[in-house]
Amino acid sequence: MKHMLGAVGIAVCSLCTVAAQADTTINILRVETGDPAQKAYLSTIGKDYEASHPGVKVNFEYLANEAYKSKLPTLLQSDAAPDIFYSWGGQTLADQAKAGFLKDISGLLNSDFLDTVPKSAVNAYSVDDKIYGLPIYATEVIFWVNKDLTAKAGVDHTQIKTWDDFLKAVQKIKDAGVTPIVAGGKDKWPLHFYWAYLALRYGGADAINEAMQDDGENFESEPFVNAGRTFQELVKLEPFQSGMMGTSYEQASGMFGDGAAAFHLMGDWDYLPSRARSQSGKGLSDEQLAIMPFPMIDGGEAGADATFGGINGWAVSHNAPDEAADFLQHMISDKYQREAAKAGIFIPIVKGTDDAIDNPFFQQVARDLTQSSYHQIFLDQYLGASVGATVNDISADLAQEVITPEEAAAQIQEAWDFQ
Amino acid sequence: MPTIPHAPPHLSLVQRTKNVLTNGKFAALVLLLPPALILFSLFVILPLLQSGYFAFFNWNGYGEPTDYVGLKNFEQMIGHSVFHSAIWNTIKIVLVSLLVQMPLALFLALLIYKKTPTNALFRLIFFVPYILAEVAAGLIWSFVFDGHYGVTASVGETFGLEPFFILADRDWAFVAVMTVIVWKYFGFHMMIYIAALQGVPRDLIEAARIEGAKPFDIVRYVQIPLIKPAIIVSAFFAIIGALQVFDVIIPLTNGGPSNTSHTIVTYLYTFGLTRLRIGFGSAIGVVLFITAVAVAIFYQRAAMSPGKKP
Repeated sequence: MKHMLGAVGIAVCSLCTVAAQADTTINILRVETGDPAQKAYLSTIGKDYEASHPGVKVNFEYLANEAYKSKLPTLLQSDAAPDIFYSWGGQTLADQAKAGFLKDISGLLNSDFLDTVPKSAVNAYSVDDKIYGLPIYATEVIFWVNKDLTAKAGVDHTQIKTWDDFLKAVQKIKDAGVTPIVAGGKDKWPLHFYWAYLALRYGGADAINEAMQDDGENFESEPFVNAGRTFQELVKLEPFQSGMMGTSYEQASGMFGDGAAAFHLMGDWDYLPSRARSQSGKGLSDEQLAIMPFPMIDGGEAGADATFGGINGWAVSHNAPDEAADFLQHMISDKYQREAAKAGIFIPIVKGTDDAIDNPFFQQVARDLTQSSYHQIFLDQYLGASVGATVNDISADLAQEVITPEEAAAQIQEAWDFQ
Repeated sequence: MPTIPHAPPHLSLVQRTKNVLTNGKFAALVLLLPPALILFSLFVILPLLQSGYFAFFNWNGYGEPTDYVGLKNFEQMIGHSVFHSAIWNTIKIVLVSLLVQMPLALFLALLIYKKTPTNALFRLIFFVPYILAEVAAGLIWSFVFDGHYGVTASVGETFGLEPFFILADRDWAFVAVMTVIVWKYFGFHMMIYIAALQGVPRDLIEAARIEGAKPFDIVRYVQIPLIKPAIIVSAFFAIIGALQVFDVIIPLTNGGPSNTSHTIVTYLYTFGLTRLRIGFGSAIGVVLFITAVAVAIFYQRAAMSPGKKP
C-alpha cells in the first residue's frame, strides 16, 4: 500500500512539474538545405522567439529532399508529426488538408499581419478559404546568361524578347561553336521548366486551373499540346550539352559556373550554388552573369507576363499548438524578412521588404514577381506528386523526341484522371 | 466394453501431451516462439496482407484508403509500357546472371580454388565488389561512366573517340547497369563454387588424370557434376536476386533515361512510393511477391527436389 501511495505521489508530482513549467515545444521539420546561412538564420529566429516567449521551445529538424517527401505521409499520421513542416503548397497541401492532417489557422492570425503578405501567396497555402500554412519566400525560374559566351557569338541577350528571337540566338550560339544550353536532364524537373513555362505562356493561369477542375478543357487541350510542340522546336536545334540526360541538376549548375554554356534555365536560387559547384569554386562573376526572363510566345498572350517558380513556406499540422501559428507570424515578420533579403538568403515574400535586397539579380527577380500578373507554382508540385512526376517524365521524353506533343498531353491527362 | 479398445491410444495421447508439457519442450515453445512469431507476423505477414488489401484502392497514403477501384491498379500496371520494360529488364538481368555471371564465376573459381597464398589474394580482390555497399558501388560506377571526367571518358579519349554518355543513352544505359551487376555479384557466386570445389575429393581427380583425362575433361566430367548442387543453389540466388535489384540502379540511372532502365522494384519505388500512389505500389508489390513465390516453388520442384536424378 505504501509503495502504491508513493508511486501515485510521484506520478502526481511529475504532473505538477509539467503543469508548472507549461512547456510547449514547437517542432519544425524542413527539407535539408545546402545553405548553412539559412539554417543559422532560422535557428536565430527560433532562439529569439524562445527568449520572448518563456516556456515555449522551438526545435528545427532537417531531412533530405527525397526522404522528406516519402516519409511525410507516414509521419503526419503518427504521434511524432511535426507541428510545422516545409511545404511547396499546391495539390500536395490540398491532399494533406483534405485528409485532415492540417490545422486551420485562419482564426489565429492577426489581420494586420495578413495584410503584409500578398493575397496570391497566402492563397497558395489555403484550401477553400481556410489558411493551413504561410509562405516565407518566392522563387522565379529565369534564364541565367553567360554574357562572355553570348558576346562571343554576337548575341545580345537583352534583345531576346520572343521565342523566335530565342531560337535564332540559340542557333547563332551553336554556329559559333558554343554550347547554347546546359540542363540537368537526369533529374527531369529542370526540363519540366521549359514545358511548364510554355504551357503557362500559351494558356495563362486559366488553362492549368481549368484542367484541374475536371470540367471543360483538360490537359489534352491546345495550350498543353502547343507547349510540347514549341519545346520540340528548341530540341530540334540540339541546343543542350552532350550527355544532357545523364547530367544531374547539381552537375549542370556546376557546368554553367565553369562557363560550359551560354544559358541555364533555373531558379534564382542557383546564384550561389552554381559558384560553389564550379571547378574553381568561384564560378561566374557578377559582371559575366545576367538574367533573362523566359521569352514571350506568338499567340501566347494569355500568360505573357506570368511568372513561374515557387512559393515556398510552411504548413501547420493538425495537432500543433496554437503557438505554432503565432511563431509563423513571428518568423515571417518584416524584420526577419528584411534580414534574409539583406543577407541574400532568399527573396522575401512580405510586401515592401524587397528594398532590403542588395544583390542586383535578386532585385530584378523581386521586381518581376511584383509586376507579374500571375505566379505559377512549379507544376511538379502544383499538380501533386503523381501527376507532377508525369509532367517531369514527359518533359524528358519530349527533350529526347521519343514522344509526340499529343502523346505527352494525353499521358498527363491519364495520370490526372487516375490519381 | 466398447470403450476399452480405445482407451490405450487415448491414454497415450494424454500421456504424450503430459510429456510434452512437463519435459520442458512446451515451456521452451511458449517462451521462445512468441518473440520470433510476433515480429514475423507484425513486420512480414501483416504488411503482406495489408498491401494485398491496399492494392484495390486508389490511395495516396494520407488517412484511410476509401476509394475502392477494384482491379484498376492491376489493369493500369499491365497496360503501362514502363512496366513492360521493367519486366523485360528483370528478365535480362536473370539471363545475364545465368549466361555471363555464373560461367565467369565458375571460370575464376576453377583458376583459384586451390589453397595457396596468391589464390587467397585473388579471392579477396574478386570478392571486394560484393562487400561494397550497393549504393556506393552505383555511385562509383556513375563516376566511371561519366562522359566528361570518367574512366571510360579517358579511355575513349586515348582512342580518339567522341565523348560517350552511356548512362544517358536509351539503348545502352541498361547494358551499363548489367555490367555493374555482373561486376558486383560474380564474387559471391565464385565463393560458392570455390567452397564446393574444395569439397571435391582429390583422389577422384587423381583417378581421372591417371585414366588419361585432360584438364578440361576433369572439369567437364568430374568437377562440374560434383558441384552441381552448388551451381543449382547459386542459380537460385541469381534469379531471386535479379527480382530484387534496386539499390545499384537508383544512383546509376535512377531508372532513366525516360524510365528505360527500371527493374520491377525500382518501378515500384518510382511509381508507387515517390508518387505517393500507395495503392498502385501495393499492386506492384503483390505481383512481385507472387512472381517470387512462383519462381521459388517452381525452381524447388524442377531443380532442387531431392528425388530427382541430376
